[in-house]
Amino acid sequence: MSRLERRLEPSRAMMLASPLIAAAAMLATGSLLFCFLGQQPLHAFYVYFIKPLTSAYGVGELLLKATPLILCGVGLAIGFRANVANIGADGQLTVGAIAAACVALHFDQVQAGWLLPLMLLAGALGGMAWAAIPALLRTRFNTSEILVSLMLVYVAYLLLGYLVHGPLRDPAGFNFPQSKMFQDAALLPLLMDGLRVNAAFPLSLLAVAGAWFFCKHTFAGYRMQVSGMAPAAALFAGFSEPRNVWGAFLVSGALAGLAGVGEVAGPLGQLQPTVSPGYGFAAIIVAYVGRLHPIGVLLASLLMSLLYIGGEAAQIELQLPSAITGLFQGLLLFYLLAADLFIHYQLKPRRHIAAALATAPSGDPA
Amino acid sequence: MNTPLLIAFLASTAGAATPLIMASMGELVTERSGVLNLGLEGMMLVGAVVGFMVTLGTGHTTLGLLAAALAGIAMALIFAFLVLTLQTNQVATGLALTLFGVGLSAFLGRGLVGQTVAPMAHLSLPLLSDLPFIGPLLFRFDAMVYGSLLTVLAISLVLSRTRLGLTIRAVGESPHSAHAIGYDVIGLRYGTVLFGGAMAGLGGAYLSLALTPMWVEGMTAGRGWIALAQVVFATWKPRGVMVGAYLFGGVTVLQFHAQGIGLDVPSEFLAMLPYLATIVVLVIICRNPQTILLNKPMSLGQNFRAD
Repeated sequence: MSRLERRLEPSRAMMLASPLIAAAAMLATGSLLFCFLGQQPLHAFYVYFIKPLTSAYGVGELLLKATPLILCGVGLAIGFRANVANIGADGQLTVGAIAAACVALHFDQVQAGWLLPLMLLAGALGGMAWAAIPALLRTRFNTSEILVSLMLVYVAYLLLGYLVHGPLRDPAGFNFPQSKMFQDAALLPLLMDGLRVNAAFPLSLLAVAGAWFFCKHTFAGYRMQVSGMAPAAALFAGFSEPRNVWGAFLVSGALAGLAGVGEVAGPLGQLQPTVSPGYGFAAIIVAYVGRLHPIGVLLASLLMSLLYIGGEAAQIELQLPSAITGLFQGLLLFYLLAADLFIHYQLKPRRHIAAALATAPSGDPA
Repeated sequence: MNTPLLIAFLASTAGAATPLIMASMGELVTERSGVLNLGLEGMMLVGAVVGFMVTLGTGHTTLGLLAAALAGIAMALIFAFLVLTLQTNQVATGLALTLFGVGLSAFLGRGLVGQTVAPMAHLSLPLLSDLPFIGPLLFRFDAMVYGSLLTVLAISLVLSRTRLGLTIRAVGESPHSAHAIGYDVIGLRYGTVLFGGAMAGLGGAYLSLALTPMWVEGMTAGRGWIALAQVVFATWKPRGVMVGAYLFGGVTVLQFHAQGIGLDVPSEFLAMLPYLATIVVLVIICRNPQTILLNKPMSLGQNFRAD
């Protein structure tokens, strides 16, 4: 017999091991699910999780899909550290994409080097503007940023729908709900011929480095972390909560907006009715699995990206439903939350009743 | 607006309000016991797909509703186990439940797209249902519309007039005191979370069995989140939930009647209204911190450990 016992200090080892345990548990559940769907588990596992990584094209796709996850995840993690829950990154991404597309379509005939930087700027500002709404309402009117940022995701989707069905629809596009294709000067340069991964990926690495520096070496980053971990201490030290909320939302909004630019000026090359297959929501999982740390977010984004491209591969090769991807994403977060139990608790063998009574909490959580 | 149009508008408002009432009332009970479950959207989606699947397979709407409630309970059980037993963060776990529900419902519903079932039967009373004006507004709805109103009444009575309701509120306000006088806080919270799951499942199933009798991926379209917001601006009171749900039902169905009224606005902008209205009402209610402080269950969102 063993029982759960509260650790004296949170375990650092478990902090780092927990995402790995969660990933392993997800893979194990995945294999079971493959069996259940009538697949050979090992073969399906290979097709889903290994094969995409065996070709240069596959690795390129991995980095391509990881890019928006990194950008959104890094921003969300900064907010989550300060207890600011922006869960509307998908809306900010969408508005960033719209803003960049407006610039690209407005300067349709201009072949100039400043066009791409201008699009990136527009995208970042668009994302920031969208994120500023929940920040303003939370700081000014005490309104839940979770609900407001989420409501604005649906508003952003509908705005995009209106634009591609109306004002921004390609007049020569046979009435398809999409914009004109962007001209070359408005497309992000590819990193390598034959791969689709583009300049947004190094940009996302820059964001990781910037976020790491911000959290580790700036006073603002320190203030936000204190506010998240010890709100009372932050209050006592006179750290301003509104400033944290604004900082978190503006940074994560700008990064999500850039992720949107990366999509429309990258693999899409135009504005379509759907810009993101839920990258902004997957980034929530990425932020938690990455332990709210920029480097962790980078690694978690690669894993999450593998779930996307593995899901596509499995759909093509094994006719598995693509919805499995979403299922795996949800499972990963559940397993992570469960495994995190062992950061604060440990399993101890039950030796003496007297000793157990002396040390164990009376309300056993297991 | 002419009379037939007005009747159609009001009648469809009741339909749109019903799933919101169901989901919100479940969440209200959960929150009154001190637990914040952000997984409403996920539980509704799974309820919608399971209810549709079972109704399609058996031909019985009642069985579909029952299955949807059970599916909601199963989803809520995951949440309850993580939050109440393993003490995980309520916000993160609720988000996980929604993301999982989105994935699971898409997965379960992959073969159901494009199929339809017969919509839920509507009440038909001799004489009464045929009355002009009053008939279609009072006596021609399906059972769930009436059921949702009864639910509001029942929950309101249970919360205010019974020992069980008092216990739920006590646990929500001060779990430590409730524990100290011998109540099983965790057990009671399991109960309220599972009840919330059942109600969310039913609310979801109403979408796929009555409102639009088919399954579409992500068909709740944020209704779970609107239902969550509704609990806040009802200031955790059943009455408020009902008023709010009918208000939002009206805003939601406005887009389908806009042309008849002669509103020439792109449909996307009308479809934005429920979300924008949610934000506006949230701001109005939350603007005064006192309103929230006085009404919000004190322990909402905080885990309880009996040690």
